Amino acid sequence: MSGANRIAGQGRLTPARTARFTFDGKSYEALEGDTVASALLANGVHLVGRSFKYHRPRGIVSAGPEEPNALIDVARDAARRQPNVRATVQEVFDGMKVTSQNRWPSLTFDVGGLNNLMSPFFAAGFYYKTFMWPKAAWEKVYEPVIRRAAGLGTAPTEEDPDHYANRYATCDVLVVGAGVAGLSAALAAAATGARVILCDEQPEVGGALHYDRSVTVDGKEGFVWAQEAAAKLAAMENVTVLSRTTAFGYYNHNFVGLVERVTDHVARPDRKAPRERLWQVRAKRVILATGAIERHMVFGNNDRPGIMLASAARTYLNHFGVAVGKKVAIYTANDSAYEAAFDLKRAGVQIAAIIDSRSKPGDAVLNEARSHGIEVLPGHSVVDTKGHRRVSSITVVRNGGGGKRSIAVDALLTSAGWTPSVHLFSQSRGKVAYNAETGQFLPGTYAQDCLSVGACNGTNGLQATIEEALAAGELMARATGNDGGEKVELRGENAFEWTGGMAGAAEGAGADTNVKAFIDFQNDVCAKDIRLAVREGMHSIEHIKRFTTNGMATDQGKLSNLHGLAIAAETLGREIPKVGLTTFRAPYTPVTFGTIINHSRGDLFDPARKTPMHAWEEAHGALFEDVGNWKRAWYYPRAGETMQEAVDRECRTVRAVAGVFDASTLGKIEVVGPDAAEFLNLMYTNAWDTLKPGRCRYGIMLREDGFVYDDGVVGRIAEDRFHVTTTTGGAPRVMNHMEDYLQTEFPHLKVWLTSTTEQWAVIAVQGPKAREIIAPLVEGIDISNEAFPHMSVREGKICGVPTRLFRMSFTGEAGYEVNVPADYGQAVWEAIWARAETLGACAYGTETMHVLRAEKGYIIVGQDTDGTVTPFDAGLAWAVSKKKTDFVGIRGLKRPDLVKEGRKQLVGLRTKDPKLVLEEGAQIVADPNQPMPMKMLGHVTSAYWSENCGHSIAFALVEGGHSRTGQTLYVPMPDRTVAVEVTDMVFIDKEGARLNG
Amino acid sequence: MLLIYCPYCEEERSELEFRHGGDAHIARPTNIADITDEEFAEFFFLRDNPKGLIFERWRHIHGCGRFFNAARDTVSDKFYASYKAGEPKPDLSAVHPATEKTVETYEATEGTAK
Repeated sequence: MSGANRIAGQGRLTPARTARFTFDGKSYEALEGDTVASALLANGVHLVGRSFKYHRPRGIVSAGPEEPNALIDVARDAARRQPNVRATVQEVFDGMKVTSQNRWPSLTFDVGGLNNLMSPFFAAGFYYKTFMWPKAAWEKVYEPVIRRAAGLGTAPTEEDPDHYANRYATCDVLVVGAGVAGLSAALAAAATGARVILCDEQPEVGGALHYDRSVTVDGKEGFVWAQEAAAKLAAMENVTVLSRTTAFGYYNHNFVGLVERVTDHVARPDRKAPRERLWQVRAKRVILATGAIERHMVFGNNDRPGIMLASAARTYLNHFGVAVGKKVAIYTANDSAYEAAFDLKRAGVQIAAIIDSRSKPGDAVLNEARSHGIEVLPGHSVVDTKGHRRVSSITVVRNGGGGKRSIAVDALLTSAGWTPSVHLFSQSRGKVAYNAETGQFLPGTYAQDCLSVGACNGTNGLQATIEEALAAGELMARATGNDGGEKVELRGENAFEWTGGMAGAAEGAGADTNVKAFIDFQNDVCAKDIRLAVREGMHSIEHIKRFTTNGMATDQGKLSNLHGLAIAAETLGREIPKVGLTTFRAPYTPVTFGTIINHSRGDLFDPARKTPMHAWEEAHGALFEDVGNWKRAWYYPRAGETMQEAVDRECRTVRAVAGVFDASTLGKIEVVGPDAAEFLNLMYTNAWDTLKPGRCRYGIMLREDGFVYDDGVVGRIAEDRFHVTTTTGGAPRVMNHMEDYLQTEFPHLKVWLTSTTEQWAVIAVQGPKAREIIAPLVEGIDISNEAFPHMSVREGKICGVPTRLFRMSFTGEAGYEVNVPADYGQAVWEAIWARAETLGACAYGTETMHVLRAEKGYIIVGQDTDGTVTPFDAGLAWAVSKKKTDFVGIRGLKRPDLVKEGRKQLVGLRTKDPKLVLEEGAQIVADPNQPMPMKMLGHVTSAYWSENCGHSIAFALVEGGHSRTGQTLYVPMPDRTVAVEVTDMVFIDKEGARLNG
Repeated sequence: MLLIYCPYCEEERSELEFRHGGDAHIARPTNIADITDEEFAEFFFLRDNPKGLIFERWRHIHGCGRFFNAARDTVSDKFYASYKAGEPKPDLSAVHPATEKTVETYEATEGTAK
């Protein structure tokens, strides 16, 4: 037998199929199908962790996803390791390494346990009150110490070697939960021919049938029926059954996120299989059959290892064949826990007593208990427990006083009743309603096309659940237009109807006491903490939650929320629904980052856009920089060159000889139609109707508020055809901006817009020898200076392929931008390069491009402007038409703040020390000796070493900058203050002789 | 993730294919150059931010590329109608109750918890 507490003949696991794992280095044997929790319990291990704040010894509380205590670290190897795994859902595989968390130096001897003795100082709100002073200590002392002491597990430091999959799916009916209700609903829906997805978080379907052995469906034991029903469903073509799959989030319009754990239970997984798979399901209808979660009883020292939920003990016995103790007591306010006593008794476990806080338990369970010879103490409560690493005795009193006695036990099972799992319903934005009779929050007003069935809907009784679920399954399927099949009928029987339940503190943990009666195990929140929060003025449940941290741990208060609410309501003297329920948020249970990002990592995180010449650039030693998604050649270092040396050489060469530059990433939009010029008149500040075919113009585009949005050169190819260029980063939004106005404000204009960014490869050839480089390659275009002056465009051929040849410049040199169809880009580039290299020209990258344009005073929208800059601020008043009566931004430009004095304006700066290059973003002041905080006049937007000028150059946005020419201003830096002189923005060839040469 | 009906494609598609475009039925004044500062502020800056029914623009940017309008409840995210750009606001008084035109503040929602 694997484990001393495994009882022969009990449970559904196969004794021969064993697996070995380690817990804190010690080896244990488990059975295939065990969870870590069931395997540890089988081996008599109850102590599995230390609590968050007080470091109290803690054991396994539940047998499901609601587990607050048993968080463990699970590892296959150093990289495949995950902290904070709930031991109650993690299946054991052979060779797994499990480690306990939040203890030092060891689980059984933990220094942090001193916090427990200090606990009077650790009341709710403690952190907020204590670590306020001195302020500086927070970052350096308090936070690191608290983080280490109160931490959950530690994240692995190695990269996650596993991969994760993503899948979109649609269906007619999605059924969440495969217990009796979910299976019934799925059977009914599937019978109509509807496309059904049924998902359940556990390895096997059945839900509560895992523990409830007194149920039969269609004459079979419930669990057996469930497996057969699932097999039948899985065999149907219109049904997908997903096990180990948690519906973690219910979003808009019946969009539900599922996570399927594919390999976490496998000893030697196929490495091709994903570890987990995200399912993004859009369902026409959703049926929620998510069941209910048992609550624990709230009483003094209710957190010792060995104290667990009654249904959990039934699961460990009936499914895993494990007895959680040898002498077990039950403490309950609710009939269902009695069945745990019956099951354990039948399996030969001694039942010390059933302590029922109610004076009148249900008759049926009471009689059954008597027939088993079990002592029942109605109207009694457990008020204290003893035992260090495991409960050893409980103190029982008669409600109202007297009858105090101590009972020796090694396990205590508690049940305060059942909380319907309305998490997903609430996430769907449905409104819950409080049922005062049962003390439950139940689905009230639905917001989406879904229905709740069974325990999550507060439905009691097996047959009632089955009938509700069958009806819902059929109804929802028919609503999606499926009306085939025969009606499904099922007959279920169970031994006992369950009544009872309570929320809040039990006898002995009331307002007059100071005992540690835990409601939230994971965050160490006691009943008295809720009361303290109310006394300190927190009256909203949302405030109480944040002050006490109740329900804010990774279990999100699945056990604690209702208890906290009931205690708050009692303290406030208000009814529970008047205090309100906190909002349920996705995810229902923790989801790994791997699942959420799935394929979007590494190279697949974001697509890389590469120009047609990328391979050549790479082969010629270019380093690349990211510009949006584009990879742009940054500079081309030769052997031994630093970046600065390479850029200086490229800058010199372009002005002395020529340079070739890949400008393919520039955004390009083809604007076509009889009203194309009129449309551009509206989109840009400039006038376009006056531009003749064959000519180009630099255009400024504004937003309606008057600020610069984009810029670029526009060439008129024909009367009805413009070739618009945009900034590299601005291309998509400019296209969107144009489409918006064309479709919604100016739909009367006959214009067609086409994004051509990736259709053209663009090769800029700039410098004194630019014409000589391209001349022999060009056909059908007279490229003489007279026939083809600066700012012209012609169509013709280059290297035998069609080209739109622009005479334009972003360097200040005479130059061309050769546009060819993208597929010819590299071939034409190579032909141009062959000429260029022979003539002593260089290839240059974006860094040199930046320096050269700055030498010439050309701005970059988005670097020298920031969304608050007008064309006047940028010194581009000449580009704003004074004749036009309308363009986008015309009114915005007249706004009072945009025309007033003292706006920040773009100017040039020269450092007094010519060798010193300013830092982009550095602030500018008039008086460096003024006290702090200084009055800041603006900031540096661009700054470079200009090899051609022999000194550094910079642009800056400065208050009233245009009237400050010649002034000395200061740039305070950490190590010194830099004196600068305000200049105009053109540092080279002010008269433009080179440009037009 | 929303499911949005494109009136041009005539089918529901995932929100991934769309881009939101702000309030609908705010016409750019044809004499925009001449309007007052107040009129410009009203046109460009001020929006109702209703709790409830809103008429808004969407663009089926990764589909047909067209702009269109839709009526959505900002609380439930339910769409009541979507219709082509230029078409008049549909009358939804029969299917949708009146909307509060107040901007919701923390104080207003927290009630006694202030």
